[in-house]
Formats: sequence, structure tokens, C-alpha cells
Amino acid sequence: MHREDFPFLKTGAIYLDNGATSLKPNAVLKSMMDYYEKYCANIHRGDYQASYQASDMYEKAREVVQNFIGAEKKEEIIFTKGATQSLNQIIFGFFKNHLQEGDEVLLTKAEHASLLLPFLMLEKEIGIHLVYIPLSKEHTLTLEAFQNAVTEKTKVVAIAGVSNVVGDHRPLHEIGTFCKEHNIFFLVDGAQSVAHVTTDVVKDSIDFLAFSGHKMLGPTGVGVFYGKEKWLEEMEPLEYGGDMNQSFSSLGEVSLKSIPARFEAGTPPIAEVIGLKNAIEYLEKIGMDVIQSHEENLKQYFLEQVKSLPQIEVYNASVSGGTVIFNIKDVFSQDAAIYLDRFGICVRAGNHCAKALKEELPVQNTVRVSFYLYNTKEEVDKLIEALSKSDTLYDVIL
Amino acid sequence: MNQELKRQLILENYQHPFHRGLKKEAGYVVKNTNNESCIDNLDISLKVEDGIIKDATFDGEACAISTSATSILLRKLVGLKVEEAEKLLQNYESMIHEGPYDEALLEELLAYQDIYLQPNRKTCALLPAKAVHEILEGR
Ligand SMILES: Cc1ncc(COP(=O)(O)O)c(C=O)c1O
Repeated sequence: MHREDFPFLKTGAIYLDNGATSLKPNAVLKSMMDYYEKYCANIHRGDYQASYQASDMYEKAREVVQNFIGAEKKEEIIFTKGATQSLNQIIFGFFKNHLQEGDEVLLTKAEHASLLLPFLMLEKEIGIHLVYIPLSKEHTLTLEAFQNAVTEKTKVVAIAGVSNVVGDHRPLHEIGTFCKEHNIFFLVDGAQSVAHVTTDVVKDSIDFLAFSGHKMLGPTGVGVFYGKEKWLEEMEPLEYGGDMNQSFSSLGEVSLKSIPARFEAGTPPIAEVIGLKNAIEYLEKIGMDVIQSHEENLKQYFLEQVKSLPQIEVYNASVSGGTVIFNIKDVFSQDAAIYLDRFGICVRAGNHCAKALKEELPVQNTVRVSFYLYNTKEEVDKLIEALSKSDTLYDVIL
Repeated sequence: MNQELKRQLILENYQHPFHRGLKKEAGYVVKNTNNESCIDNLDISLKVEDGIIKDATFDGEACAISTSATSILLRKLVGLKVEEAEKLLQNYESMIHEGPYDEALLEELLAYQDIYLQPNRKTCALLPAKAVHEILEGR
């Protein structure tokens, strides 16, 4: 779909590493160039046309994000430099002050380092307890396993909407509803989900959501976090500086701006926020449902084709979504990725930043293929063809 | 060394590595070595007595280049005096970085002579050297 919109595809590369980052359409690139060429100014500061226009676009982007994830107010949308910064702000700016020794945080070993590590630090710092929900045989998170893991002490559930390793779509609506009924905070790492499935923070009772622009057709350097208004009011900024304070004196009297400005210290990534706005508008035009089913079709097609290749072991065949993890039998995943690169095929090898998962997966490292809207069956055919010749792998890479 | 022989050496040592299976008993010093930029991760253990490397073993998950280089290097290290081992390492590292080296000393390690042509794989070839240095220098 829409391949002509993505200039990178003109290089001829077969880009199947969308879990790492996505390609960018012309509309996004052009919107950023327009900013630099036509109204390059700082926001919220200048009394001249270009600055008004930049401020206006920046705030419009906030509304576009708000509508895209179904938030009630645009003030609940904060721009950051990426999902990682968003998660750190949420965990150290809010949970550090709202959790106490012995409180339990429920998550899984498949979570990304950017979610798990801040909580691990908090475990050391204030004595909260991290509880890992056991994963199913296919390493997915089930509602049942989740419910069984909840105790009286559970204060937070912190999971990815879509796992970046296995690619399973977590039952957010059911988990969110449960959390709401039991007064448990629900934090969703949306880095892999917001780009691929419809997000609705109100319907799914999500208290906090974090995601990155670059995985959803937007530029690098911009991300978002969403927090319910009442929680944002109780959250502490981790960064202090310009644009977030109302007034201050050398005596140490400081008053901060209201949300969202309070959490956006310094000059934000203006061009990137504008690029993200256009990326979301692009995704909305196509429709998240269409994107989701396109990716699932490609995965099914790959699974069909790969059946004829006994040397390929797929580890998440029954998991829905657009991610496949596999290995070529007896080949280290990185050697497989280097081999595929010789065919112009970009895939990811490794443990996909979920290092704790190695305690659960039968293999530590895998090859990951993650599809997006611009991938095609022809590209899958080329991948299958390369894999079918894997007996020549070492001749190719050594 | 011709290309085919290099490939054979690498494959042979990757698929049937020397002393894979980590020994940790008394007398052995174990060090982990990994690449920050990729997923190679190996443990190496050496037994050094009276200034001589008596035994060398390793284990872990790593690519063909890292694993085979570890296998070849450890096989060569066994029986060497610590100073000889250091000299071997120096020559090997110099070769990987396109510096001068003594071909006669390196023997099978010449399989990695052309690795500089793939700069992102130099760290794979150097993976075992780092841990061996640390053990020999008592770090
Ligand atoms: C599930 C998940 N969470 C968080 C992140 C971190 O995103 P970023 O590196 O853009 O901050 C990623 C990126 O790989 C991810 O896949």
C-alpha cells in the first residue's frame, strides 16, 4: 500500500524492521521542511507571524494526538523526545511519589528495557516489588494469567499494548476495566501498539500511555505521554527550565505553569512535533483497522510460505499481529540477519531489548520480522526465497 | 591463506569449537565478554599456573566470527607463557586493525585477515581478546 509515498523504498531495500523504526512518507518530510523554510520560529515566545504560526501548528499537533488516542483533553498530551523519556517521566515523576515499600507492580518479562529498567531502579530505591505475570506457552500475556497474578498489594499494572518481541496484542480493554474496578493504576507502553492498532485511552481505562513518533511514520526525536488530568496534576516534572515556570525569584520562590507546559521544559522538538502531526493524519486517512489487517495478512502469508522450509523454526505462529520471530536452524540469529542483508532485506536479530525474556524463551536470540503498511507479498516472497537458500549462508557471509 | 581455507577454518571452529563448556573449578579465572553494539555474549575461563596457560574453555551465544575466533585463539593459547600469549594477542589485534603483524605467529588466526573489509565485524573477531587480556592482567 502507498509505496510511492515512501522515498526510502526507492533504494530497493526490503524493510522489515518496523518494530525498530518505521519509514517516513513524503507528507511528513515535507511538513518538517515547510516549518524550517516558511515559519521557522520558536513557539510561545515571539510576537510575530512566524512564531504565531509555529505555536499554532504545535498546539494543533496536540489536538491531533488527543483525538488519535481518544483522550478527553488536549492538556493530557505531553510531548517528549520519545517513549523512553515518556516512561521515565511517568515512573519517576509519578509512581516514585505514589508507591510505597511493599507495593506490587505487575508486568511481564517480555517488557521493553525502557519500561522495566525504570521500575527496577524504583524497586531498589523505594522497595516496591516487581511481580512478573507468567507468560503463556507462546509467550503471550493472557487475561487469566493477569487476573491470577493480582493481589491485594497490586498498585500498578505496567505492560506494552503490543509486545515488541512476540508481537501479541494484549487484552487492554479487559485489563483496563479490571484495574479501574480495583483501583489499580494502568500504565501502557504504547511504543509498538499506537502505530499498529486503534488506541482508546478512555474506553480502555488507561491512566498513562507512552509512545514514540518514529515507529509510526513520524520523525525521530519526538514522543508522547498521556496521563489522566488528575494524575498529571499530582506528577512532578523531572526537568526544570524555560517555558515550564510561571515565575521565580532568587529566593527560591518558584511557581510552575499548568499542564501540559509544566512537563515541556525548554524548546521542544518543534519540527518533529509537526512531523508527528502529519504522520498521524496520514495513518488516519488509511485507517488503523486497514493497517492492522494488512499486517496480519502478511504474517499469515509468510507462515503459509515458510511451511515448505523445514530449516526455519517460527516461535510465535499462533500469535496475531504483524511480527514473526524465527531462527534458521543451527544458525545464530545475527549471522542470519547479516545473510539477509546481502539480499537487501532488513531484519532485526537479538533479544529485542527484552533481556529478561531470555529467562522464558527457549532460545535467547531470534530473527524478528515486523511488517507495516507499505510491505507487500512480493517482499515476503523475496524473504522466503532468501531463506530457502540458507544452506549457502556461510558461503555468503564468510 | 586463500579465501576457501579461511572460510573452512571459521566454519569448522564455529560448528565444532575447541573446549566449549565452561570450567569454573579452582584455578580457573572466568571473565564475561560481550559486544555493546550487538548480541554476542561469551564467558571465557583460563587456568594459569607458574606463568603458563594450562587450560582454556568458553561458552555462550555468539555469531560465527566471534565463536570461531574464540575457539582458534584459545587452542593456540594453551601451553603458552603469559608473555607469549600477550604477544600473540598484540599481533592479532594489530592485524584486525590493519596494523603490522607476524604471520608465522598467528597461523590459523590469519583467517580473520580480511575482516577489516567488514568494519562492523571487527568487534566480533576481537571479542575473545578482551576477556583474555583481562584474565592475564589480573583485572
Ligand atoms: C515496547 C517498546 N517500548 C519502548 C520502546 C522505546 O522506544 P524509544 O526507543 O523510541 O524511546 C520501544 C522501542 O523499541 C519498544 O518497542
